[in-house]
Amino acid sequence: MSHITELAQQARESANPNLLMEGIPYAKLLGMLMEPDGTFHLPPKRTNIGNPTLPALHGGALGGFMEMCGITHVMMAMEVIKVPKVVDFSIDYVRAGLFQDTYAKCEIVRFGRKLVNISVVAWQDDAAKPIARARAQLLID
Amino acid sequence: MAVDLEDVRKLCELMVHANKEDHFHALGIEVTDIARHKVGMKLDYNENLVGDPETGVVHGGAITALLDTCCGFTASTALEHLGLTPTIDLRIDYMGPAEPHKPIYAVAEVYRSTRHVIFTRGVAHQGNPERPIAQAVGNFVSMDGGAFDNFREFVLEAYDQMVGRKA
Repeated sequence: MSHITELAQQARESANPNLLMEGIPYAKLLGMLMEPDGTFHLPPKRTNIGNPTLPALHGGALGGFMEMCGITHVMMAMEVIKVPKVVDFSIDYVRAGLFQDTYAKCEIVRFGRKLVNISVVAWQDDAAKPIARARAQLLID
Repeated sequence: MAVDLEDVRKLCELMVHANKEDHFHALGIEVTDIARHKVGMKLDYNENLVGDPETGVVHGGAITALLDTCCGFTASTALEHLGLTPTIDLRIDYMGPAEPHKPIYAVAEVYRSTRHVIFTRGVAHQGNPERPIAQAVGNFVSMDGGAFDNFREFVLEAYDQMVGRKA
């Protein structure tokens, strides 16, 4: 069992998903958290700013956050936890991502034997007004 | 008339270097080449970008941010006037993990530019662009001329200040 899968296992057993986030340097850099109800949370952090005049989140930071949400969500849903590989990821930006609390939820579209398709939606003030939608295909072996 | 490439270079340098604590610094992105419809960038290996501490492999999210930035800067070379190009959408295909402790390079190009949309594609590689680790396709908004009134003056002044501050 690898370090990450061990952390994921502990995170799941203790119902404290942030144990996993703390073990992944990139997730720590973004400063992302996971609420017990499965919602992901990206608190405002200066190092995620891309446009200082608005100020707005860097599109890449939002993309990276949503990608990490998808991976984590799939790991938490696995019977035997493994680290999935992202085959492809795409994101539609629909509203400006401002410098404020950002949330995301994931939905597994299909959990196949080899491939998992996942959809991720991110919002700020109002869950009915998403700022971005993403989808990914993940490979598990 | 097409936007002056020296102006675009200053805008890119400003975005990447001006704000010491922003996401460009967190990643450590450098712009290496700016030509019409083609931009090259480099991301040095950095422990903070690791997705799996056991292997030391950089997280895909950092590569997404690199390719988003590279495609976006490339899009801005296709404008008439100096301006920003918001991302409409982006798709990344990951062909394999990035080798740890080696820089990741990105090259992006504009393959078609229309009145409202700039179409780009790019690759990330570690020395051989023929063997990419990731490939991206991204579309960007081409805003009307009026959207960036006085933007060029603002950018050039801020750039001069930044360079003056460094010297």
